[in-house]
Amino acid sequence: MHLKAKLGVTVAAAILALGFANVAQAQMKVGFVYVGPIGDHGWNYQHDQGRLALEKALGSKVSTTYVEKVAENADATRVITKLASSGHDLIFTTSFGYMNPTNKVAKRFPKATFEHATGYKRLSPNVATYSARFYEGRYVVGKIVGKMTKTNTIGYVASFPIPEVIRGINATYLSAKSVNPKVKIKVVWVSTWYDPGKEADAAKTLIDQGADVIMQHTDSPAPLQVAEKRGVYAVGQASDMTNFGKKAHLTAIVNNWAPYYVARTKAVMNGNWKQQDTWHGFKEGMVKMAPYNSVIPASVVKLAEDTRKGIISGSIHPFAGEIKDQSGKVRIPAGKKADDGLMAGMNFYVQGIDGTIPK
Amino acid sequence: MGTRLTLFRLESRPEASKAMVYLSPLIAVGMTIITAMVMFALLGVDPVDAIATFFIEPISTLDGVTELCVKATPLILIGVGLAIGFQANVWNIGAEGQLIMGALAGGGLALAFYDQGSILLVPAMLICGTLGGLAWAAIPAWLKTRFNTNEILTSLMLTYVGLLVLSYLVHGPWKDPEGMNFPESRMFHDSALLPVLIEETRLNVGWLLALLAVAAGWVLISRHIIGFQIKVIGIAPLAGTFAGFKEKKLIWVTLLISGGCAGLAGVIELSGAIGQIVPAISPGYGFTAIIVAFLGRLHPAGVFFAGLLMALTYLGGDSAQITMNLPNAVTGVFQGMLLFFLLASDVLIRYRVRVGRRNIHTRLSE
Repeated sequence: MHLKAKLGVTVAAAILALGFANVAQAQMKVGFVYVGPIGDHGWNYQHDQGRLALEKALGSKVSTTYVEKVAENADATRVITKLASSGHDLIFTTSFGYMNPTNKVAKRFPKATFEHATGYKRLSPNVATYSARFYEGRYVVGKIVGKMTKTNTIGYVASFPIPEVIRGINATYLSAKSVNPKVKIKVVWVSTWYDPGKEADAAKTLIDQGADVIMQHTDSPAPLQVAEKRGVYAVGQASDMTNFGKKAHLTAIVNNWAPYYVARTKAVMNGNWKQQDTWHGFKEGMVKMAPYNSVIPASVVKLAEDTRKGIISGSIHPFAGEIKDQSGKVRIPAGKKADDGLMAGMNFYVQGIDGTIPK
Repeated sequence: MGTRLTLFRLESRPEASKAMVYLSPLIAVGMTIITAMVMFALLGVDPVDAIATFFIEPISTLDGVTELCVKATPLILIGVGLAIGFQANVWNIGAEGQLIMGALAGGGLALAFYDQGSILLVPAMLICGTLGGLAWAAIPAWLKTRFNTNEILTSLMLTYVGLLVLSYLVHGPWKDPEGMNFPESRMFHDSALLPVLIEETRLNVGWLLALLAVAAGWVLISRHIIGFQIKVIGIAPLAGTFAGFKEKKLIWVTLLISGGCAGLAGVIELSGAIGQIVPAISPGYGFTAIIVAFLGRLHPAGVFFAGLLMALTYLGGDSAQITMNLPNAVTGVFQGMLLFFLLASDVLIRYRVRVGRRNIHTRLSE
């Protein structure tokens, strides 16, 4: 009886404390929703690294919360609502499937601010979208893999046939071909962002078909691990994956969300946050290259670095014309560069890539 | 003939205590909470605080209570249907597939009428959804009654077929034409969305249908002749056959009921909570509902409470992450422990533990 009463009091106190914390906080609360586990060492891991960097940068002025493995269905709306209703002023939803849930919740909580990664809908004034120009990284990587392949075959583990992924394949191919006209690219679609088993199987298939460099647009280090075991090269995805395959890991395209997260949080704090669609690349530091493996000859590293610097200065554009699609139709005329609209909706393979995009 | 050296053995009790059969879910819940508190203490988290965050905080607001009902709706609906079948020893393991096919049947209708509203749309979707699940469950029913195939395998395998059909449709013909090739459908027309019961929340008519299913299931099992036949066939198939009950008919009835319930749950989830067709409609409700059915002692009223409890573990997982920064795995640990303790107490209700090995002579003389 005594114990029961004590328990009751503690529970009541806990609830009160929760309520009190909401009222008394001077800190800004920032919430993050991840589609996978933060331990994927890819997409979600990097977003969480961004969150930790935000905590480090703003210290006691900010407190952060994350919810991981939130399915892109009815659960997403519940979790985002929960974050908004528990006093989070700014909420980053970091997967495409959260687009409609984010917009729904944003409409209901006009005072909170929402940032959705990789989407295109901003239905209320408190929703912004952001993504990174990963294709710039692919273009740098293309120079390296084009030079490093001996079989002239690049294997590519791809997730879904959305413009983002197709753009990456095209950028890689165009870049590799510019340094190695004989290069071929083989793509396996795995229809998942994170499934180490499937990703590994795809990598094995590609190696069996003669690929000696494996690239991936999926989140786990499994393809890299397969490459390490089979003695071929690979390129890491989203984070520096060197530790998963020291010999195979040529470099990685690193998603660096920290500067953006810090800037947007500060903007909300200072009251000058504005709705916008952000698409940042090397120049703003949202895309970075992981250290280059020492097996890459110095001349190739220089080539890669010159490409990176050229992209930053604007002298190099991965989609500079003339670019034809598989049917031979000119998509980007000579002397022109692809604009953001064309790149955002890219749904064709460039000429020279074999195979078709699944419909 | 070798003798096995056993320190402990299970000896079946002459009769399982009836009270204990119903108490065991409560014991399981109690044991789960105690073990969880130990776990939290070892993690360096205040155990009382953690339990309050897990079980009380999620339902401390109106929003939370309504979300609990939204999450429990498919679990209860499917659980009731499955429980009826399980009582007749008909093991429909493929409710997840029936849910998906129901969602596609109802959702397909919504997509066909995406640009024109009608008050008939929602009722038509609910009917289509139910029929979709029912049709998917009819396949294992037909295979079992015609070829005596194992419905556990056929219904389970059809789940994967259903998932592939869903994946084909959202990546192909049903993809949003203005959706930049992302695998999801258009948003449904407002009139294809289930009416909301409490404004500003997601609590919808689907919850009432789940309650209705509980009541109907209860009447069927305890008052209707079919319910009696189901129970007899389940406990003593031979006696049922002698009494003239048609086993094949019961296989059909129970599979169609459970399939229809799952299909209805699918379309409710789409039309009530999601509002478009996405590649992952259900986070495994069809499978979780199997746990719910057993946790609820295969009784519709029990399923009701078990569904709420299971839903609460998901919401508690959110809270634990948001307010205590505990990892998502906590939810899985809770559900796993709950099932483990339930099975363990069920075993101990039917058997008692004896120390040492049984005398070999008594064994031979048996």
